[in-house]
Amino acid sequence: MESTILSTAARALAFGTPLLWASLGEIYAERAGVVNLGVEGVMALGALAGFSVAHATGNPWLGVAASAAAGGLGGAIHALVTVTLRANQYVSGLALTMFGVGLAGLLGNSFAGLALDHPLPDVTLPGLSAVFGAQSPLTYLGVLVAVLLWWVMFRTRAGLVIRSSGENPAAVDVAGSSVSVTRFACVVLGGVLGGVAGGFLSVAYRPSWTDNMTGGLGWIAVAIAIFAAWNPLGGLLGAFIFGGLYHLSFRLQASLPSELLAAMPYLFVILVLTLSAMRAKRSGMPEALGQPYHRGER
Amino acid sequence: MGLRGRLVFEPRPEPPAGYVLLLSILAIIAALLAAAVVFAVYGQNPWVAYGTIISGTLGDPIGLLSVLQRAVPIALISVGLVLAIRARFFNIGAEGQMLMGAVGAAGVALFIPLPAPFMLPAALLAGVLAGAAWGLLPALLKLRWQVNEVITTLMLNYVALYGVNYLIHGPWKGDMAVGYAYSNLFPTSAWQALMARSNVGLVTLALAVGLAALVAFILAKTAFGFRLRVLGENPQAARYAGVNALSTTLLVALLSAGAAGLAGAGEVTAIHHRLLDPNEISLGYGYTAIIAAWLARGNPLTALVTSVFLGVIFAGGDVMKVALQLPFHMTGVISGLILLFLISSEPLLRVVPRWVRAPEPAALQPTGGD
Repeated sequence: MESTILSTAARALAFGTPLLWASLGEIYAERAGVVNLGVEGVMALGALAGFSVAHATGNPWLGVAASAAAGGLGGAIHALVTVTLRANQYVSGLALTMFGVGLAGLLGNSFAGLALDHPLPDVTLPGLSAVFGAQSPLTYLGVLVAVLLWWVMFRTRAGLVIRSSGENPAAVDVAGSSVSVTRFACVVLGGVLGGVAGGFLSVAYRPSWTDNMTGGLGWIAVAIAIFAAWNPLGGLLGAFIFGGLYHLSFRLQASLPSELLAAMPYLFVILVLTLSAMRAKRSGMPEALGQPYHRGER
Repeated sequence: MGLRGRLVFEPRPEPPAGYVLLLSILAIIAALLAAAVVFAVYGQNPWVAYGTIISGTLGDPIGLLSVLQRAVPIALISVGLVLAIRARFFNIGAEGQMLMGAVGAAGVALFIPLPAPFMLPAALLAGVLAGAAWGLLPALLKLRWQVNEVITTLMLNYVALYGVNYLIHGPWKGDMAVGYAYSNLFPTSAWQALMARSNVGLVTLALAVGLAALVAFILAKTAFGFRLRVLGENPQAARYAGVNALSTTLLVALLSAGAAGLAGAGEVTAIHHRLLDPNEISLGYGYTAIIAAWLARGNPLTALVTSVFLGVIFAGGDVMKVALQLPFHMTGVISGLILLFLISSEPLLRVVPRWVRAPEPAALQPTGGD
């Protein structure tokens, strides 16, 4: 029994890692006031870039770097359209997902079924491994990044500017910081983190290329940002809860139809969103989330 | 000297229709140019690809019919989405509502023995109701607790996808299904008549056109349409005018979800005659219809035209797959780029570009320029 709980915890960490990276990115973008529904597409681009570079160079870390760069580029597209051109954030994100998933599927076509010779190896950390076993370095790094991003957001001036850009952009303007620059930077950062999430899938977790490898994880990450009340540490918790749920849905396949279990995380998202909406009227949502900022209005 | 001056953008509330059309066409051309770069990166000559798409769809009678086949479900869904967008109910769940519509139609066709003349209407009606039911939960959650409908409708797409998979692998699995999973064949009384030499269902085609006309009439001539327009354009004013935002939004959400359900019921009764893999029931019509609705800019009749345009892209995807061995993913790339360029061009709608001549600088003034 104890070993079952421990192995479930270990698998929850592995399943939760892409959700963690992607939801941290979404939390930063949304805290600055920009919804990014393109996470799924950004992850797909990151997965493709990571796989192709790791495959070509034989170096998985170069693959992860390429994932981050590709994700950042995807984020920059969304930032250009929504921050610079002030277009509808929801539509832009959907378009980015269509584009990213399509492009990754198209350019990854020649890799279909290929496996990496040199994937990112799991590591064991003294002390921790007794509980969690060997984990990907990106899992440990993700936890550190979550703590770091929490510290930046709530303990530094930069974090204050980011939060204010989402709550009260006009005040940021008055205080002499640029709302556009802040939002642009946060959306690009969100893209970088989403790219790493995709890279984790194709370079470490399942070191191979399969079509539609992200399979909807990006949408779960968007939901985790809400569940986490836009707090990076909440994102840590949410990612591993959903990671555990994914793991459970595999484990229970012996006793329940696998298709119904696969639908479980998505139903759970709706339940969680409803509960957090019922709990509080505002649930910590940034006041100006989703609204383009026009300088000098009102 | 005459060029001295600068371009300024003056705000304007209502752009003229011709300007909207021109700007939309320019945005689409820009998107196709960007997609040309993707073609080139993939190692495919983009001009050959576009030539193949056009000759294989618009330049060929069979191709035209396959465009129409793709356009029918997109049109049904996008007309509903035009309404939903107007009421600010952002329904991203048409894909799932469409799949549930297919399930509803299949349930009637497979398990309820009805006299022949009633079978097809009952199956289509069941599709509408099943689609609407799939849209009910997100609508209620939004109206009661302000739960974001974008996320909830999207999540239900995946639930519907797995739900269909469950049915065709489990309780509804056909007696003959080996290898691939699908249900039994519907009785022929549930089959739609098809346009000659095509997979275009005549009933759903007529319903798509009829629905667009009906929605246009509702918007222009009825009190409900008036409430909807006020609600979409100015929610604050709507509240003062006594418009019941809750019932209006709920009705619109159910209408758009029901239209998507009808599209799904239409696909299985016209083309497949059974419930089968969700990726074969819908090629992503529910998502593509969002582009068609956005392009139509709130006008249901325009949505018919934009649906045909997106039908060309989908049929073009088939042509590229067969003639050029390009993955169908190319349609996702093109659709995504069109949507990105389209919304990026929108700030230009709200302004009018004007060249303002700078006053001639006095000859003696040492610093001219700007």
